[in-house]
Order: sequence, then C-alpha cells, then structure tokens
Amino acid sequence: MTPGIIVCSETDEGAFELLTKGRELSEEFKMELSALVLGKRNDKEIQCYFEYGPGRLILIPNVGIENLDAETYASVLFEVTKEEGPNILLVRSSRLGKEVAGRAAQKLQAGCVTDAIGLTTKGPDLVIDRYALGGNTISSEIIKTTKKVISIMPRTFEAERAPVEGKVERMELKIPPRRVRLVEQRKKTSESVNIESAETVVCVGKGVSNKEDLAMLNELCRALKGELGCTRALSSDYHWISEDRMVGISGKRCKPRLNVSIGISGQIQHTVGIMSSKLIVAINKDKEAPIFKIADYGIVGDLYDVVPRLTQKIKALET
Amino acid sequence: MLHVIACMKQVVDLQQIRIKRDTREPVLEGLPVLFGDMDKNALEEAVRIKEKHGAKVSVLSVGSAKLKDTVLEALAMGADEACIVVDPACEGSDTAASAMTLVKAIEKIRPYDLILVGEGSADNYSGQIGSRIAEMLNAPQITYVRELSIEDNTVTAVRDIEAALEVVKADMPLVASVTSEINKPRRAPLAQILRASRKPLNVWTLKDLGIEASQVGSAASPIQVVSNVAPQQERKGVIFEGDVDATVAELVDALGKEGALL
Repeated sequence: MTPGIIVCSETDEGAFELLTKGRELSEEFKMELSALVLGKRNDKEIQCYFEYGPGRLILIPNVGIENLDAETYASVLFEVTKEEGPNILLVRSSRLGKEVAGRAAQKLQAGCVTDAIGLTTKGPDLVIDRYALGGNTISSEIIKTTKKVISIMPRTFEAERAPVEGKVERMELKIPPRRVRLVEQRKKTSESVNIESAETVVCVGKGVSNKEDLAMLNELCRALKGELGCTRALSSDYHWISEDRMVGISGKRCKPRLNVSIGISGQIQHTVGIMSSKLIVAINKDKEAPIFKIADYGIVGDLYDVVPRLTQKIKALET
Repeated sequence: MLHVIACMKQVVDLQQIRIKRDTREPVLEGLPVLFGDMDKNALEEAVRIKEKHGAKVSVLSVGSAKLKDTVLEALAMGADEACIVVDPACEGSDTAASAMTLVKAIEKIRPYDLILVGEGSADNYSGQIGSRIAEMLNAPQITYVRELSIEDNTVTAVRDIEAALEVVKADMPLVASVTSEINKPRRAPLAQILRASRKPLNVWTLKDLGIEASQVGSAASPIQVVSNVAPQQERKGVIFEGDVDATVAELVDALGKEGALL
C-alpha cells in the first residue's frame, strides 16, 4: 500500500464524515485519500463512497467487520498501513473504533490520539484537539511519528459530497481466527432517539428525586418540542432513562439550539456533552452549582416549583 | 490459583481543578490525588473474582511518590499486594510509554490470568492502555465489559458496544476493560486503610524494570502537547432569583427574544 490518509469506519456514514475532513487534509499534505471498506459490497455501495471524494477504495471482501475482534481488526489495519512511509489513519471513535485505534497504533509503533473533537493544520503539522483532565480542558496535540492513528468523535465533521472517479483496489487478507469468540449479539432496545441532532434538549440530573417525576419533565419537553437527555446517574445507576439519552463524556454529545439543564450540578463529565449548545439554560436550587457558570440564563429555584410553571407559560405562548 | 492484576491510574481530583482566569490554564498544583472511578470498578471486579473463585489480586500502578499512600485504599478494598512504579522520569509519559512501563512490571509479576483496566482513565479517557498492553503481551482483549464470569479457564463477558450488547468468550490469559456498569466499588473503611499498610507493597524504579529513562517521559513521547487550556466560554450568565412566577416569566421572555422557542 502506498502512503496516505486512510479512513476506516464500521458504518458508512461514519466513513463519509471522515472522508469529508480527509479531503481537506489530503490537499493540505499532498497525500492520497483512501477509504478502507470491509466485507462484501455491491457496485452501488462502492459508488456511494466515491461521492465523498476518496481517490482510492481499498476493498477487503473476505473480511467483514463481524469477523473481527480488536486483535484481528488491528491486524487488518496493520496490513493496510505497514509499508514504510507516512500514514494518517482516521477511524471513528465509536467503541469499536476506539479500541482498535490503540491496538493498531501499538502494532505500528505509532502515536495515537483518541476521541478527537477537532483537526486543524498548522504548517506541516496536524493539530488534534481532544478533551483532557476529565473535560476541564481541551488539549491540542501533535503526533510526531510518521504513522499516526486518530480516532474522531462521531459527528465532529459533517459529511459533504464531492464526487470523484476513484479506483478500486481489492485485497485478499489472511486473518487468523479471532480469539475472542462471539457467542451472541443482542441489539439494545432503543427508542431510536437521536439526541445528538435534536434542536432542543432538556437534560435532567439527580435533582429529580423520583422516577414518576419524569412525567413532569417530559411534559416540558413536549411543550418545547425537544428531546429528553440525562446525566449518567439517571441512566446507568438508576436505570430511569435509556442509555441512548445519556449526555456526557461517556454518552452523547449534543449540539442543540437550546439546552435546558434541570437539577444538574454541572459536573464536567456531563457538561462536555452540552458545551456545543447555542444557548444553555440552567434550573437548580443551589445558587453555587457549577452549571450556572456555563449557563446563558438560569433560575435559582426548586425544579418542582419552576418546571410546572415554565411548562404552563410556554404552552400559553402557543395559544 | 488465579492471578488477577488490576491496573489503576492515580489522577488529581478533577472536581477541584481551578482554571486561571487570564490564561485559561488549569491549576493542578497541590490538588489531592486519587484513583479514577472506573479503575476502582476494575479492582472491585478483581476482588469479586477472588471472593468467588479464590485468586491473588495485584494492583499495579505507575505514578508519583504519592502513590504509596493512594494505593493503600486499593489494598484496603481487597487487593493482596500492590506493585507501584515510582520514578520521576515517568513524568509526562504518554499512553505508549505508560503501557510499556506497565508491561515491564507485568513481566516481573507474571504469570497472570487476567488483567483488568478501566474503560478509560478518569483524566484523559484515551482508552489506549488496555489495547496497547494486550498487543504488547500478545493477549486477546475484551473491552467495555459490563458482566464478567469465569469458568475453568474461560472468561465469558457481556460487552457494551453502543447499539448492541455482545456475549463473548475467550481463554485466559487475557486483558479486559470494564465500564462503570459492571459493579459498585466497595468503600474501604478508614481502619482498613490504616491496616492495609501491612500488606506487601513493592515499589519499583525504572531501573528495577530494566527501562532506560530515555524510553519514557515527555521527551520520549510521540505525542507533543501544544496547549492544554479550558475551552473559551462566552456565556451570558444571566441568573434570575426570587419569586418563582417572576423568574419564570423573565426566563420565557428572554428565550423568546433569543428566538430559542420553536
């Protein structure tokens, strides 16, 4: 394989996001842009990839993502990039992408940055931004090795089309059988919410004292035409709200026009997930709660007093 | 007997970080240090395995001299021994160098059956350590484990990969990373923490592990940190207090003017 930028994601839309950014880097650094596609694909699927501008598609039809564990997935990435010369490997920072990033980097003796939230070029350097110190800071980092592995948070870049006529290269890879055997896969029962693309998000935290009280918050959500989100405690610890609504460093990152944070103290592990909101409103009875420091508007008050009145007021506006 | 190694990272108390107003740099000096929450999940799981199957549990950590105190909590939670690598040259090591240091220490206390790490460290959450260790040890890895059981020499785990849960099996020795859902770490009472100092504590330097100072630390790191500052926040900070009806009216009025109400 020739040196270049190689994009790999276990979902097509993930690959399209990365290809969109990859095009820019490819021009800047004069490196060829390729997409690595695993498993059998038909012509139409292949054409879809070329809509997003890779000069080359590396197809490995005999290896599907379902055949791979972290170890064997890393060996695929290694085989594709092992030849001498610079490579920038861009993978999606999904859980699968993130685990393989570290292992592939170790195989390649490459520097690796995971969970990137931004990529910029500065002269000959590629500067990678990621949250550090539990979300308190953003660390801007450069990888000094010629092979670089970067995992990028989903939806960091928006996919934009730029069709090209690229070439397809097929590879046959011999991959040893995975040592971590898959016994069963259970799809999570999800309400298929997409909180990451919601225009309005109402986030709730431990200030809510009973599960039954969520009805009151759902009503506010409906009045605001928004989606309900929550802190880790309410989903992982209490199991009141499904995990696909969990917002924060280990959950979803949302970018709404309006975020309303209710009964949330404002710990950084949660707030990194709402930082990109255009407007943040906080409702909390503790005046000293850190959430007020990142709020545009806030009410110091008991959510049980404030929320019903707020809902009523917003409903009244509509009529 | 099974040998389970829990790798833990000592971090500053992230809740207490202050940000300098002018430079937006974090102030880290003088902050208390502790183990990350998910590292405690890893240790807790190791101790539960010991309680169920009988095992020797070793805690392994690389960090500053304060580790000698920090690690007492891990011993009090049920680890049988602690192995810590304390060497000023490690300061500024990136994940590759830290993983290498851990592996050298693991080679000193092997054979092992299971190495447990948290899904990510509390401070940087890079999630690379488990993957890099597994690769260096040529071991299988199971990441994002929220349920783990052992039968004979086989680990069965339920792992969480966002849209799905996977049930997987692999033979030990292996490396597993755990998520916070796997258990609720026990709290060690103070008396137990004090007594923990009687348990074996191995303190190693890089030399003890056969590592040159030039192989670790920021100079050896392939990652160069250009800057590390708090994100710029330009929020309005208009806070209403007092009578509930009045504050709600003020808020709705403000949101209306912002065009935030669809």
